[in-house]
Amino acid sequence: MEHYLSLLLKAIFIENMALAFFLGMCTFIAISKKIQPAIGLGIAVIIVQVLTVPANNLIFNYLLREGALSWTGIAGMETVDLSFLGLISYIGVIAAIVQILEMLLDKYVPALYNTLGIFLPLITVNCAILAGSLFMVERDYTFSESVVYGVGSGASWALAILVLAGIREKMKYSDVPEGLRGLGITFITVGLMSLGFMSFSGIKL
Amino acid sequence: MTDTNSTRHIITDPVFSNNPIAVQILGICSALAVTSNLKTALTMSIGLTLVTAMCNFAFSLVRNQTPNSIRIIVQMTIAASLVIVLDQFLRAFAYEMSKQLSVFVGLIITNCIVMGRMEGFAIKNPPMASFWDGIGNGLGYSVLLMVLAVIRELTGSGKWFGIEIFKTVNNGGWYVPNGLMLLPPSAFFLIGLFIWALRSWKKHQVEAREFSMAPQSKALLSH
Repeated sequence: MEHYLSLLLKAIFIENMALAFFLGMCTFIAISKKIQPAIGLGIAVIIVQVLTVPANNLIFNYLLREGALSWTGIAGMETVDLSFLGLISYIGVIAAIVQILEMLLDKYVPALYNTLGIFLPLITVNCAILAGSLFMVERDYTFSESVVYGVGSGASWALAILVLAGIREKMKYSDVPEGLRGLGITFITVGLMSLGFMSFSGIKL
Repeated sequence: MTDTNSTRHIITDPVFSNNPIAVQILGICSALAVTSNLKTALTMSIGLTLVTAMCNFAFSLVRNQTPNSIRIIVQMTIAASLVIVLDQFLRAFAYEMSKQLSVFVGLIITNCIVMGRMEGFAIKNPPMASFWDGIGNGLGYSVLLMVLAVIRELTGSGKWFGIEIFKTVNNGGWYVPNGLMLLPPSAFFLIGLFIWALRSWKKHQVEAREFSMAPQSKALLSH
């Protein structure tokens, strides 16, 4: 249990997707002007991340990795290594899950769909989602670890965009130098936030 | 001659006046993560330029046969296949490098430059023009990446491509390396300053103020 808790905290604070690895930066900068949409996008990222990381974990462990196909019982399958197909399978799984989620929400929870719906297509091309699956493979997580990692990495991204949106809402009232206005000052703000989050990196869990 | 002119225009335009990172805000993720030294930045630049160009070319070939509703999936499949080729190539011939870049090679798939150019240019232009557009945007990305990497590696460890330029204090020289420049946040600061410089130079890119100060007493008086 302790192991999972430390994995979760590590994923949220120490290895923050947005502030330590700069992932999902395009949407991170573009959607963080106001708090409301930032919350919606953050929740959507958590949901998608929780679904895709474990799904890709199953795909990797039972289809792609070397010897993974031995459960089929066909002779010679023990040596088949399909891991080069990783990238295309993960992105396919992500695109499919996002599409299915969009259709399900539209059908059964229209209220939620109206708030999250516009963000879902954006999420397919959010690098934080694909990176979650790639890190999971690189670090060789088990299935239950991958669920925890999905929650943690999604939450880390959501936390970061929420904080940035809060700062930017305040910042639009301040008198920023002309050329720095908007994008420039946002980058510098994110830099300072990332500097702050680096203080977590000394923590050993 | 107009033909070569337009090709040149397609290539040079994204490098300076319409830079994908600084102006269109595309593909920032990897721009930040791989620029702490020149070697990884150069590998990433070459990889991304080739992938963008080939993706544009391939998607442009099938643009008239692709139904609109599934074009995103087609684009992703093309991008993913090409990135797999790049990834396998790096693993075969530059294993150390591919370990250092870790997930960032794979993330070229979701790099907004690749998707954005297919969506924005290749979808309505012939294959060769799309190819050059990909090269141009890749170069625009590379320029910014190289500038960042040059600054970060020089100030952070006093080196270029691992060759010592400033002799550091540890090796009996004079230069005290600035460790902050190797850390992630410095990339944000540098891009922020870069955008500031660019916008001071090209004034039309300056963003409008969202709120203006209320012209309080003055307005009241004039009424």
